[in-house]
Formats: sequence, C-alpha cells, structure tokens
Amino acid sequence: MNQLEGVVHKYYRENIDTDVIIPGQYLKIHDHKELAKHAMEGIDVEFSQKVSEGDFLLCGRNFGCGSSREHAPIALANSGIKAIIAPSFARIFYRNSVDGGYLLPIEVEEETCRQIENGDRIIVDILNSKLVNVTQGRKAYDTKPFPALIARIIEAGGLINLDPHQLIDV
Amino acid sequence: MTLTEKILARAAGKASVAPGDVVFAKVDKLMMHDVSGPGVIKVLEEWKKRGTNLERVWDPDKVWVTEDHFVPASDKISAKNIITLSNWTKRFGIKKHFKYGLGQYGICHTLSHEEALVLPGEVYVGGDSHTNTTGALGAFAAGLGHTDIAYVLHHGLIWFKVPETILFKLHGKLPSYVMAKDVILRIIGDIGTEGGNYKCMQFSGEGIDQMSMEERLTLTNMTTEAGAKNGIIEPDSITESYLKERTEVPFQCVLGDEDANYLDIHHYELDEMDPIVARPFSPSNTCGVREVQGVEIDKAYIGSCTGAKLEDLRAASRLFKGRKVKVRTEVLPAAQSIYISALHEGLVNIFVDAGCVVGPPTCGACCGAHMGVLGPKEICISTTNRNFPGRMGDIESKTFLASPLVVAASAISGKITDPRDITT
Repeated sequence: MNQLEGVVHKYYRENIDTDVIIPGQYLKIHDHKELAKHAMEGIDVEFSQKVSEGDFLLCGRNFGCGSSREHAPIALANSGIKAIIAPSFARIFYRNSVDGGYLLPIEVEEETCRQIENGDRIIVDILNSKLVNVTQGRKAYDTKPFPALIARIIEAGGLINLDPHQLIDV
Repeated sequence: MTLTEKILARAAGKASVAPGDVVFAKVDKLMMHDVSGPGVIKVLEEWKKRGTNLERVWDPDKVWVTEDHFVPASDKISAKNIITLSNWTKRFGIKKHFKYGLGQYGICHTLSHEEALVLPGEVYVGGDSHTNTTGALGAFAAGLGHTDIAYVLHHGLIWFKVPETILFKLHGKLPSYVMAKDVILRIIGDIGTEGGNYKCMQFSGEGIDQMSMEERLTLTNMTTEAGAKNGIIEPDSITESYLKERTEVPFQCVLGDEDANYLDIHHYELDEMDPIVARPFSPSNTCGVREVQGVEIDKAYIGSCTGAKLEDLRAASRLFKGRKVKVRTEVLPAAQSIYISALHEGLVNIFVDAGCVVGPPTCGACCGAHMGVLGPKEICISTTNRNFPGRMGDIESKTFLASPLVVAASAISGKITDPRDITT
C-alpha cells in the first residue's frame, strides 16, 4: 500500500472530538457497519451517505481529541474513509488508527489544509511523504514522514501481525 | 530522569530513557470496562480468525474488569455486552471483575484508587482515556484503545514513545470554596486542549504537598482534556497512608531525579485562585464563575470519576445542608464504597432532603450514555470532565464544567452561582 487515491471531505475545524465523531450513546454498539452509519454524526448527520469507499477526511488541528474509544476510527474507516489529513492528531486516536490498521493519519501543514478544497481528488503517496492534488493541476504538498515504528506497523497492516520482538529497536 | 522516564526505563529493562525514545514497556496492570471490554473481545475474535488465538491472558492476576458505562443495563445491547464480558472473564480466569449489584463496583478510575489496584512505580494501561487519573498515585497510567489492550493481553507489553514532561508547580494553599477542579480547569484554559498532547503533565510544589489524595486525583484525571499521555504526581506520605489503608501489598515509592529535565515549568499561586467554569463546548473555554453568574440552568449533575469521590460529595453536602435545590439535581457516587461512606456520614440524607436524586454509581450521563441525558437546548452544570457538543446528550444541549461546590451552589439558586455567594 504505497499510494491511495480518493476524494476529500473537508471539515476544517480544530479539536474535532470523539463525542462528535461517534456520540457516547453508540458506544455499546460493536457492529462496525452499524457504527459507520453514525460516523461524524455530531457535525454532519448525512456524512455516511456522502462518503464513498476510499475517500479522505480533511480536518483541523488536534483531530480525535477526547476519549479512547476505538469506535471512532472504526466508524470512520467503515464509512469508507481510508486516510485523515490534518495538522495534528490527538494521541490515542492516532495510535488506535495505526495499531488497529483502520486508516492513515496524515500530518500536513495548516497551509496545505487551507489550499485543498472539499471535493478535490487527492493521491496520498506514502512512500514519498507527499499529497498530489489531481483536481488542482497535480499540485504537490509535503506530509510529515511516519516515524520508523509507525511505518512498520502500517506496512504490516496493524499491530496484530507483529510480535514485540519484531518491533523492538525499529 | 523524571518519574515518568524512570518508570518507563525500568519497565523497558533499560538503564535510562529520554523523551522521544520508543520503548516496549512491560505492563504491570490492565483494566477494561463494559464499553472497551466487548471491543477488545471483538478484536481478539478477529485476530483468532486470522490465526492469532489468545490461549491465555499473559497474567490474569494483573487484569481487572469493571461494569460502569452502561450499568444498570440501559437496553438489550448493553445487557448483552455485560454477559459477553462476564463469559470472557470467567473463561480467562480474571478474578477481579467488579460487577454491578454485587458488592463493590463503580467507575473504573475510581476503583483503581479506592481498591488500591495500582501502586507507585507501576505501568498501568486502561481501555479508557481517563486512565490518566491513577497517575496521582505515582504510577505511569495511560489510556489505550481496544487493539492495544488486546495486544497487552497477549504479550504483556506495549509500545510507548517516552513523553516530555511539563511540570506544574503549585504554590501556597487553596482558599475556601476553591477546589482542585478549579485548578485543573484553569490550567487547561491556559494551555488548551492540545497543550499536553503526547506529553506528561506532572504536578508538584507545596500546594500538592498539602493536597489530599482525592483532590490530587482530580488534577491527573483531567490531564486527558489537555491531551496528555499521562498525568503524574510523585508519591509522598499522603500517598503511602492512602494506599496502606487499602492494601497490604508492599510497594516502593519511586521519585524522579533532582536534576531531571522538564520541557517547561509553569507556576501557579493557589492563594490567588477563584472558582472557575469551563463554558460550552470545550474544557479549555474557561472563565471565572462570576463572569457567567446568573446563567439559568436546567440541571445540576454531581457524578463521574472526576467529581463524585467522597470528598466531592462532602463538599457539595456542605452547601446542600438545610437548603433545597431549584433545578433537577442528580448525585451519583463514583463507587459503591463511596456510596456506603456517604450513607454512613449522613450525606445521602442531606442530598435527598435537599431534593436531589441519588443514583447508583455509573458513568451514565457524563458521556451521554443513559440515566439522565440532556434534551435539546437544556443547560447543565456538571462536576464531570468534558463538554463537547452532544457530550451529555442532545447535540443542542450545553454543559458547564465546574467543581462540586460550584455545581451545588448553582443547583441551590437555579442559575450559575459562585459558592462564596451562598450566604443564607
């Protein structure tokens, strides 16, 4: 998985928290498809109908702050979202996304978030830490390279496929 | 090294670690509850399908399970989750399963200190973001998701990037009617909800030396709202006596080095502190209570791991005694042991005489799950920890976060009130 291509859904605001991504009343649900129906319900009740498989989310700083609920990346991934582009992520959301192998948290500059528009078609080039905006004349933006351990877990498709001894000293 | 660095170095089998190092830490204790537990079990089932079957938990005696978010069962799904959890703990020989309606039970973070389940110097992971709470005992305590918890159940290890530590030095003594909740709201207001992201928030100073264990736990509890990986306080005689009242298991108090490096040191003068609220829709949207004095409320809520410990209930009862509430008010002790103490001390009588409902320990409405969620446009003042849109119910409801004293004062007047202004 070196490249992903999809359409951007832009919700460019800071501190989008897990209560908004998947409200507390749904935490008792563990059916992934059912959770997907309620993804981002606190911001846009029609979100799950707008998203197609392979799309991306673009948001502001500190995406996923709040609770440790793994329901949040699960709901987003099962609604079709394969990567989230944001200037920064809250720590538990970030590690849940990567360790669970649900979706990619892609860190970019604020300016990149401002330039990419809702509906733009984007290529996420993981190997070269770049985004390519197909809609805006193939304009390219840098992404923050994944630290070695994170890259290793992403490559393996999640923590499940790795024993600790395969990861120590990565 | 700081205390957090020392604990992680020991757990990783290294002589020393520095911020930014990635370590695999041996886990001493693990917790999951009726929301994260079934999620973890689902991950384990998925792994089984892919050929990685959990034959046994790495150490069943280091694991405990709580029923707290959806108890009493709010519907058929949550009732089924409890059954799933119970079957799992039975199968894997987990003896510490705190069951609703069967003696001691309560909110996971409250049980961790009430039952002394975590000791100084330990690495403790929990399937809940407010696991940070337990760092007040001098342990490294951090919240994880389902996958990471499942991984620990297999291997007893998990990766951590060693965090930088921000030190908060609290000087002086809190004035009357000002509590640790006001201090942590003030700090979050200053540094923001991302101010501690990926970092450790440590509290020290003579303000801490004089602070009770329960008040310290309020500080570390809400480090989560600043995004912190963990909150921590070096153990002292208060920690020791608190734990020795609750366990006979021996423990050693680990301290940071004198020459430890801190990313930043913030100083706070407790004597100058006033009661604070966090306005909707962020724990960092803080102001003095008097700035929003008079805002009419529909409900007052005293509950959660943040604001329903015994001292929180005692504080609220001081104002409720001999008075009546003007809006609907719910008091939910955070654990059964606290409920029992509140009953024996006469606090429950004070609450019900004032017109409050006293409910069973549950996370309940704090996370908008059940038992008293807010309706459209309702305004609540609450001793809980978060007030994001829809946190406690309807997306159009609003929550102000405050100390038990501010919540009690507001319940009595029906509008947001500084407890220092309750005179009659």
